[in-house]
Amino acid sequence: MRVLVQRTSGFQEFEVPREPSQTVLDVVTYIQRRLDPTLAYRYACRVGMCGSCAMTVNGVPRWTCRTHVDRVLKDDALSVGPLKNLPVIRDLVTDMRDFFDKWARAGGQFKGGRTKQDDFAKVSPQSEERTLVDAGIECIGCGVCYAACDVVAWNPDYLGPAALNRAWTLTKDVRDKAKMERLRAVAGDAGCHSCHTHMSCTERCPKQLSPTAGIAGLKREVTKAVLRGEL
Amino acid sequence: MLWIAQRATAAVLAICVAVHLATIIYAVQGGLSAAEILSRTRGSGGWLAFYLAFVAAVSVHAPIGLRAIFIEWLGWRGRSRDLALLAFSLIIFWMGARAALGVFA
Amino acid sequence: MKTEASYWVFMVHRLSGIALALFLPVHFWALGNALQLDSFLAWTEQPLVKAGEWAIVIALAAHLGGGLRVLALEFLPWRDWQKSLAAAAAALTVGVGLALALAL
Repeated sequence: MRVLVQRTSGFQEFEVPREPSQTVLDVVTYIQRRLDPTLAYRYACRVGMCGSCAMTVNGVPRWTCRTHVDRVLKDDALSVGPLKNLPVIRDLVTDMRDFFDKWARAGGQFKGGRTKQDDFAKVSPQSEERTLVDAGIECIGCGVCYAACDVVAWNPDYLGPAALNRAWTLTKDVRDKAKMERLRAVAGDAGCHSCHTHMSCTERCPKQLSPTAGIAGLKREVTKAVLRGEL
Repeated sequence: MLWIAQRATAAVLAICVAVHLATIIYAVQGGLSAAEILSRTRGSGGWLAFYLAFVAAVSVHAPIGLRAIFIEWLGWRGRSRDLALLAFSLIIFWMGARAALGVFA
Repeated sequence: MKTEASYWVFMVHRLSGIALALFLPVHFWALGNALQLDSFLAWTEQPLVKAGEWAIVIALAAHLGGGLRVLALEFLPWRDWQKSLAAAAAALTVGVGLALALAL
């Protein structure tokens, strides 16, 4: 099959043999090991757990280790490129710094209030808050949602679905003490209010999370805080 | 804040627009004439209040909506953008209120 | 080519919003004219104007449908019925368009 790779120097086409159960990551690896050792790409676990191999396949951001070639092959060809909305370091490798910086700016860190001397916090898994947190907690920061988001593409300041989703799960974490700070961080043009519910993030998330739901939750939380005069 | 105002006016407009669409479809039955319209609307305090509220809601809702478009599609940053939108808001309100008064007062 | 329904509902929502925002000043200006001059009202009988009016009403219905969808997604407890909402928005638009087409 023909594989069109978007590299720093431009598009380059390779002929790659078909194998049974082949994934796009297998294809990229083949190219780098057998055809062109200068191809730069990123992967780690290769089994769908780490999210490092995320790339743009046929225009759509996906985990290449979990994308079977027979699912995406069209007329015996497919195209691979770096994740969108991020600066490219080289070929298929993107600079994830913006992604993680925005995570921090959205208040994506847990701030607890207990010490080692205190008893354990008791949080019921069936409680309403914890159910909401659990629905969004499995994010591994792969960047697929960020690459899929149109608002990220249109507005460079926009914090993005992953960062906001994490802010949401922390807001709903009953042990966390930094709620107001976090809401302040996500209110405004760069934050949750810029989400237009295109739902590309929810559609593409390899862990089936819904950042759109989390962001809608943040909108409600911010509104409640404003109406109560807390923000 | 802007987002709240946008959603609140959206809710108001949902009602106003539904009413407005219904009245349009009713009014265009059998053709239009200025006299016919005015005979129904002149001196109608209730409808005047309705349409003034409608115009007020629109002059808040439309500029806030355009603001997102200016930021995202035109890349317009800074005060000038919000000042332009404020001007648009005031113009819409003035023109709309004037039209409403012309029809219903 | 984007296939997600939500994206297209949003795009229609945004484009119809732009159309309406541009139309509003014209609408208010026309109202003033229509009430003073029956000749102006006669001019609006032209097919091109009628088509434009119909398009604007469709835009209004589409914008309303899309807006109700946004309000539902943001304020009602989260459910996975976004696709149904997109469909409802489309249906509302078509319904109003037909009603108007029949009336005109």
